Amino acid sequence: MKFGVVVFPGSNCDHDCHYVLNDVMKVKTDYIWHKRGEIKDYDCIVLPGGVSYGDSLRTGAIARFSPVMRALIEYAGRGGLLMGICNGFQILLEAGLLPGAMLRNTSLSFVCRDVWLRVENTKGPFTSSCKKGEILKIPVAHGEGNYYADEKTIKALEDNGRVVFRYCDELGMPSKLANPNGSVNDIAGICNGKGNVMGMMPHPERCSEKVLGSVDGKKLFESAINFLAG
Amino acid sequence: MFLAKVYVTLKKSVLDPQGVTVKHALDSMGYRLVDDVRLGKYMEIKIVSVDRKEAETLLREMCEKLLINPVIEEFRYDLEQK
Repeated sequence: MKFGVVVFPGSNCDHDCHYVLNDVMKVKTDYIWHKRGEIKDYDCIVLPGGVSYGDSLRTGAIARFSPVMRALIEYAGRGGLLMGICNGFQILLEAGLLPGAMLRNTSLSFVCRDVWLRVENTKGPFTSSCKKGEILKIPVAHGEGNYYADEKTIKALEDNGRVVFRYCDELGMPSKLANPNGSVNDIAGICNGKGNVMGMMPHPERCSEKVLGSVDGKKLFESAINFLAG
Repeated sequence: MFLAKVYVTLKKSVLDPQGVTVKHALDSMGYRLVDDVRLGKYMEIKIVSVDRKEAETLLREMCEKLLINPVIEEFRYDLEQK
């Protein structure tokens, strides 16, 4: 089983993702430089958070034209597992691998704090070891995480169970205060139709060890590993 | 040579949090006649071409492929020959 973490100029959560996968989860994990034009022999790829290309123009807008993206689109088309975290999610949206777009947080502030997430879908590989309705505590750190899509797209996501995570309070209830960015329907993470491509704004790699205050993030990586192990 | 002046705005259906904040600031300053504020982006792009049609085709293509995100944004432009 082999994982990969893509590195764009300006990625800054790449080492955290690599550390969690390679050292905490003990799965072989490579860094994949964004110039690479071919993705072979990988079981799961992570697009990490950060500020790829300094967020020039729009978040993720330049990164989607990196050579690795063409290879990743093919890889995802073959059913390869692909997970975008924060800026990685923004890149997946710009690349059209997931629908919708990100707007500035309604508060206009960069929000960096723990949030509560309700697991809405446990069919996908990244939440296969979670319970439906399970509440996870995972931190966010972003200025543009206000997920937006037109009504038709939102309806299609909701009707097909493609909302994977929703912001909620500690008890699992949705509330304005619990939503850190103004995302429509409190959406924190979504997946594609097949479920093999998933994007989320919160950072599971930042809470995968006890010493960091929460191990809830680890459940996502465990899910992917268990899913792959069959 | 053509100079393209591109104006990128959020679609009308998309809430503009920055515009709302600026509107509130103007309200608090006493500008009671301000009804709405929308923020956008302005870009100047020089295109090396002598053919207006070619410059315009390239410009539209660049807007659609990279410069705007059609999910949330729309654009208009002026194209001046220099």
